[in-house]
Amino acid sequence: MDKRVIPIEPAGATAKSAAFEYISTRKDELVGWARKFSIFPYPFVTACCAMEFMAVSSTPYDTDRFGAALPRFSPRQSDLLMVVGTVTHKQAPILLKVYEQMCEPKWVMAFGVCATSGGFYQNYAAVPGIDRIVPVDIYIPGCPPRPETVIDGIMKLQEKIAREKHPILTKDF
Amino acid sequence: MGAEVFDRIQSRLAKGEEEGQSPPGQARAPAGVSHGILVLDLAPGAVAGAARVLKEEFGFDVFLDVTAVDWPGREPRFEVVWHFYSTAHKVRVRLKARVAEASPAAPSLTPLYGSAAFMERECHDMYGIVFEGNADLRPILLYEGFVGHPLRKDYPKEREQPLVPYREGFEERG
Repeated sequence: MDKRVIPIEPAGATAKSAAFEYISTRKDELVGWARKFSIFPYPFVTACCAMEFMAVSSTPYDTDRFGAALPRFSPRQSDLLMVVGTVTHKQAPILLKVYEQMCEPKWVMAFGVCATSGGFYQNYAAVPGIDRIVPVDIYIPGCPPRPETVIDGIMKLQEKIAREKHPILTKDF
Repeated sequence: MGAEVFDRIQSRLAKGEEEGQSPPGQARAPAGVSHGILVLDLAPGAVAGAARVLKEEFGFDVFLDVTAVDWPGREPRFEVVWHFYSTAHKVRVRLKARVAEASPAAPSLTPLYGSAAFMERECHDMYGIVFEGNADLRPILLYEGFVGHPLRKDYPKEREQPLVPYREGFEERG
């Protein structure tokens, strides 16, 4: 006795919309697959985690395997904002400006405990976590994080990118 | 070698006091040698004269640092500390002067050492010491609009003064 609402559509419309949904889903998968292997990071490097960032970018650990090797030194050309190190209140406006200059789609990685939560800093200077300033997609713990942790973080971000919807036209466009 | 220079400095500064070159009754007894550094405890008014003697007569050509110490509950509350280094004698001298919380004023050494300008700005940021004679005491490590002096002992360590408003769901502490 359940009351199911049956949409009244002309014959052939259901098949059409199903086909469209199928194509749209496959399109998201395809675009997601392409995007997850072409992460162009912008390193916003402020502190000692930079050493670990260099280690993970260079030959032994090689983030090029994930398509995330080539840092773009203009935020306008990058997809992934890697915040590597402590961000102070004085730097926060710069971080926000860099984030706002990046084009959609964009992702943010908090690299190390300082960017994640302020780490061991609780004082007048340090921002206790960059998620207070910009939305963060992936947090990498560690002081500094081991390269394996960073690679794990990049792979988790890739999974996230692959799962996302990738609209061709966004609400702003 | 250091001890001999220290003796000469101490007798020279004592002589200056007798001759009235520094204001009488303001220079206190020197605190002696600590960790190989001659420590002189002076009145704020005597610091500029002592620094001039050190620079011009004893070759203390490097201005190392100026900072302050906050002693809550002690009167006067702040102790301003200067460090000098002599490349000729390879020794260091520390000058100390106590200033009250009500008027935390110390003389600026910018006429003697250009490098003092930035360090005095930092000390002004962190402790609120006013260096008389330094015309540019804008914030150097802090930012415009910051209220208070974070290295004073009564500044709460968890207080935040963000420049960017926090995103929704986050509250600032303090």
